[in-house]
Amino acid sequence: MTSISDHPAAHRGPRLRRRDVGDQLFRTVVTAFAALPPLIIVGLTLLLVVDSWPALSHSGLSFVTTTAWDPVHLEFGAAHYVFGTLMTSAVGLVLGAPVAIGAALFLAEYAPKWLREPVAYMVEMLAVIPSIIYGLWGFFVLAPLMRTYVEPFLKDYLGPIPVVGALFTGPAIGRDMLTAGVILAIMILPTIAAISREIIAAVPDQQREGMIGLGATKWETIAGAVLPYARGGIIGGVMLGLGRAFGETMAVTMVIGNASKAISPSLFNPGYTMASAIANQFNEADSEVYFSAVVAVGLVLLVVSGVVNGAARLLVWRVAKGPQGLRI
Amino acid sequence: MGEETGALPAAQPAPLPLRRFTRGAAGGPQTRRLLIDRATTVGVVLCTAAAVFVLSAILLHVLANGAGALNLAFFTERPLPIGEVGGGVAPALLGTLMMVGVAALMGVPTGIGTAVYLSEYGRGRFATLVRFTIDLIAGVPSIVVGVFVWAVLVRSVVGHFNGLAGSVALAIIMVPIVTRTVEEVLRLVPDTLREASLGLGIPRWKTILAIVVPTAKSGVITGTVLSMARAGGETAPLLLTALGNQFFNFDLLQPTASLPVQIYNYAVAPYDDWHTKAWGAAFVLIVVIGLLSFITRRVTGGSLRG
Repeated sequence: MTSISDHPAAHRGPRLRRRDVGDQLFRTVVTAFAALPPLIIVGLTLLLVVDSWPALSHSGLSFVTTTAWDPVHLEFGAAHYVFGTLMTSAVGLVLGAPVAIGAALFLAEYAPKWLREPVAYMVEMLAVIPSIIYGLWGFFVLAPLMRTYVEPFLKDYLGPIPVVGALFTGPAIGRDMLTAGVILAIMILPTIAAISREIIAAVPDQQREGMIGLGATKWETIAGAVLPYARGGIIGGVMLGLGRAFGETMAVTMVIGNASKAISPSLFNPGYTMASAIANQFNEADSEVYFSAVVAVGLVLLVVSGVVNGAARLLVWRVAKGPQGLRI
Repeated sequence: MGEETGALPAAQPAPLPLRRFTRGAAGGPQTRRLLIDRATTVGVVLCTAAAVFVLSAILLHVLANGAGALNLAFFTERPLPIGEVGGGVAPALLGTLMMVGVAALMGVPTGIGTAVYLSEYGRGRFATLVRFTIDLIAGVPSIVVGVFVWAVLVRSVVGHFNGLAGSVALAIIMVPIVTRTVEEVLRLVPDTLREASLGLGIPRWKTILAIVVPTAKSGVITGTVLSMARAGGETAPLLLTALGNQFFNFDLLQPTASLPVQIYNYAVAPYDDWHTKAWGAAFVLIVVIGLLSFITRRVTGGSLRG
């Protein structure tokens, strides 16, 4: 950059320069960078739609309503993949969300100051571990434990109960929907815990003081004044965790067994999720329709997780009073 | 919890710690309230303990099983066919470094540029749209990013699996992490600094590049390092794009090995020696990623989340 006096704008007349060329250029450059994320999303969605069109037009609505996935006869029904994703994520949510919210409450309301940061760091560390390492651990450590101890126990004690028992029937094999759900519970825990903790910490102290002033115990304060206030944000955090569970691939692929043709309620059945089906089949897609069908599974996954994530963001945003960062 | 009320008759004074809260009235309903309070306290402690326990279990397993696999050959040699003793994962280490490096060259400038736009110019509809899409990208399952890049770069443009496609997939995953972290710290730069600089007649772009961004340097570094740590552990998108390679490969237009994919291939194969190597590779991966996260956090005091 040159000094102001030999800047072209300086010679234009008595008025000082109004616009710096560098400013215009810089603004254009960063705006161009900022235009990339929207382009990526639009391009990604369009391309998945275009590439999955042959399969979707080939199979029609039966793509998401039937379970006939037969590449040899070019029949593609992915309902059991969708079912696997929903079922394992539901198990992950039921097991993981309460523990995550409990941990968030401990960190935000109970923990003494010296303990708070180290423990929060350890919980966040769970989010840093790559999913392949969860998969490795699940494959060699968790799945045998589930097969030998947990699943026989569940079968003996919960199996005979009328409705719930249907979830725990069949031979315990360890690599099944239940184990995948447990792995997902661990993996979504840090997401839910971190967001819930932030939301709980943001609850104004007047809320607590009011309850304490009425003679409430710590728990009554939390249940009566803190949690109702934080509810929307916590639900948002749980949904973000759900979004993560939907898309998780490697850890689930390694423990879910990857073998299913039907939809059955038992968690002891091996299965597929949409993500694990893609990971297992992308390399076998020899025909154009088969390739398209695999992409179509990706599209369904994108739509499902996009809806959940979008709704979650809105909830978290609303609690945090509008999209953060709108500068005034 | 009804029976607990009976366990402590009303006439009997409550134990000392409980009485602290009861202000003398140790009646049935009061005791019950306190017991519920105690039980929930124990509950949240147990929840936290469970999370910490699982973390410790995983880390200890990886460290204990992986340490034995590490020797010089592990870091310097290529994988050998089944039956041959020895060999290592050097091509996977090299591949991960190359792909993450190239991904950073694409993803980090995009992320920083987007963050600068959002923080310094971002107003109005376009900025809201950019913010929303950043959140959307962060929520796109990594395997779907893999499917996208596979369909474009692997099937259409190059025609076979290649490392560059892996880099592009990783770059897409890095962008939201860099953008969010950097935008957050750029916002923390006090406006007085900007005003002082502008008041001296320094143009806005120089103010941003010479004053604002350097002030937020720690956050920029955090975002970069965290996004690279995250990309280094990604498996699913690489499986669909870079695939893997048993040999040393410096050409990113060829299939390229990576540490996570190598772990996957070793783990699902039925050979004990390969399992040991999978744990060894996991050891390396977790130590590198853990150290990167720990150091950036120590240096900057920032959060681990992108």
